[in-house]
Amino acid sequence: MTEKREIICIGCPIGCMLEVSMEYNEVEVVKGYSCIKGKNYALKECTNPTRIVTSSVKVINGELNVVSVKTESDIPKDKIADCIRELRGLEVEAPVKSGDIIIKGVAGTTCNIIATKSIEKVL
Amino acid sequence: MEQYDIVIIGGGPAGLAAAIGAKEEGIDNIIILERENCLGGILGQCIHNGFGLHTFKEELTGPEYADRYIQKVIDLKIPYKLNTMVLNMDSDKNITAVNELDGSLEIKAKAVILAMGCRERPRGAINIPGSRCAGIYTAGVAQKYVNIDGYMPGKEVVILGSGDIGLIMARRMTLEGAKVRAVVELMPYSGGLKRNIVQCLDDFGIPLLLSHTITNIYGKDRLEGVMIAKVDENLLPIKESEEYIPCDTLLLSVGLIPENELSGKANVQLSSVTGGPEVNESFQTNVDGIFACGNVLHVHDLVDFVSEESLSAGKSAAKYVKGQMYENRIEIMAESGVRYTVPKYVNLDIIDKNLNIRFRVGNVYRDNYVSIYFDEERVIHLRKRILTPGEMETVKLSNALLKQHPACKRVTVKVEGE
Repeated sequence: MTEKREIICIGCPIGCMLEVSMEYNEVEVVKGYSCIKGKNYALKECTNPTRIVTSSVKVINGELNVVSVKTESDIPKDKIADCIRELRGLEVEAPVKSGDIIIKGVAGTTCNIIATKSIEKVL
Repeated sequence: MEQYDIVIIGGGPAGLAAAIGAKEEGIDNIIILERENCLGGILGQCIHNGFGLHTFKEELTGPEYADRYIQKVIDLKIPYKLNTMVLNMDSDKNITAVNELDGSLEIKAKAVILAMGCRERPRGAINIPGSRCAGIYTAGVAQKYVNIDGYMPGKEVVILGSGDIGLIMARRMTLEGAKVRAVVELMPYSGGLKRNIVQCLDDFGIPLLLSHTITNIYGKDRLEGVMIAKVDENLLPIKESEEYIPCDTLLLSVGLIPENELSGKANVQLSSVTGGPEVNESFQTNVDGIFACGNVLHVHDLVDFVSEESLSAGKSAAKYVKGQMYENRIEIMAESGVRYTVPKYVNLDIIDKNLNIRFRVGNVYRDNYVSIYFDEERVIHLRKRILTPGEMETVKLSNALLKQHPACKRVTVKVEGE
C-alpha cells in the first residue's frame, strides 16, 4: 500500500515542498527537492524523525527559580510528550552546574537530560 | 573620574565578543558595563538549541553559547561591572553610569563600543485597537517569565507575528501546558526561519494564519479574546472574514528595534531604515572613536554573526586607541530591493582581509541575482534561488577584488532579475 506524505524541507530558506511516497513504512520515492539536503531530510523525517528537546526544571534554594535543561542528543519525535511529562513537577536542589545530569535515560531512551546553565545556591 | 582605553556598553553576545577582540589586539584597560545582574544578555533566556552552528560547528542552547564567551572574558581577565546602568554619554566619550556599589560613576574613554542590543516593538507601536487589559505581553517578556522566573503568563494563547521569538514561544508555552490557539501573521510569508515553523508549530499542530491580523482586543481586567481577520493585498483587514478567538494571553512578536537612546545623546547618526548607527567597514560611527556592533547596529537572525561582527569591531576600536584613524571614504548605496547595507561607508585602502557587506531585502525574490557594482562596473553577480526579508544576506568581497579598484568612487548593491 502506497502512502503519500507532504513535508517542508528545513534545510534552507527556500523551503521546498517535498512529496514522499511510502511503502510499508519505507521511503520509496522523494519528489520536489532541489538539493541532496532535501532528499536526506525527507528520508530521516519520514522514517525516524528526531528532535533535541529543551525545557526547564524548578530549582530549590537557587539564585534563579528554574534551570534550563536539554536532551543530551536528539530523541525520537514521538517521545517528546513522555519527556516533557517526566520533567513536569521535577525539582532539583541548588547548586546546579551546566552539564549536570538531571534525568538519567529519559522516556525509556538511553538519552540523559542535562542542565544547560549553572545556578548558584543562595542561603 | 575613571579613565579607560575602551568602554563597552552592554555585556551580551556583542559586548563579550567586542571585549575579547579588543583584548586580543593588545588593549588591557577595558571595561564592560552591563545593566543586568549577569553577563550574556538575552541568551540566558533563549534556552532552545540551534546556537553556534557556524562558530562552534555544534548546536548549543543560548545559555551554553553565552557561557563559552563569558568564560573567555573571565580567562582573559577582562573587567566588567554588573547592575550598572549607563545614563549618559557625550561625543567626547564622557560617560555617566550608576550602580549600587559606586553610586554615580564619571568615566572618560578613549574609545566606546556600543553593544546595547535591541528591544521589542510594543503594542503601542502597532496600533491594535481594543481594551487595555492584562494578559498582553511581548514574546520576549513572556520568555523571561517562563525561562528565568519560572512562571506562566497564561493558559490560552494567541501569538501575533511569526518572527522567530514568536514561533519559539509557541512551542515553549505548549510544552509548559498552555494551549496555543494560533500564530497570526500580517504578511503572506513568515518572518521566521523554516526550521522554527516546522519544529515549533507543525510538530505541535499549531495553526499559522498568514495574511491575517488582530482587529480588536476584548476583556475588562484580563484578556478574554481577540478578533482576527484576513487582510487584502494592501494589508487592510477584510471585515466579513472576522473571527473571534477566546484567549487569556496575547503575545506580540512584531519586530525588534535597535536600542539607541544613548547613541543619540552622543550625536551618533542613525539610519532611518535600521534604527541603528551608520558605520563604516571598521564599525566606527560618524563620531570618531565610537563604534557599534551586534543588534544595536542592525537586528541579526543568528548570534554567530553578532559574535563575528563584534570581534572585528573590538579589534578596530583597539587599533583606534593605538592611533589608527578611520574615515567614511565612499558610500555603499542600497538600491532596487536592497533596504540597507552594513557597513554604510567604506575606505577600501584599509581593508586587509575581506569585506563583508550584510543587508536585507524588502520583499520575497525568487531566482534573482545579487549584484555589486564598483562605479559602473558589475564585479559580483550571484544567483539566489530565494531572497526573503527574514534572512540577512552576506556578500564577501575578497581583498584581491578590492585591490583591483583603488579609484572606485561608489559601491552599489542591488537585486536584479538577470
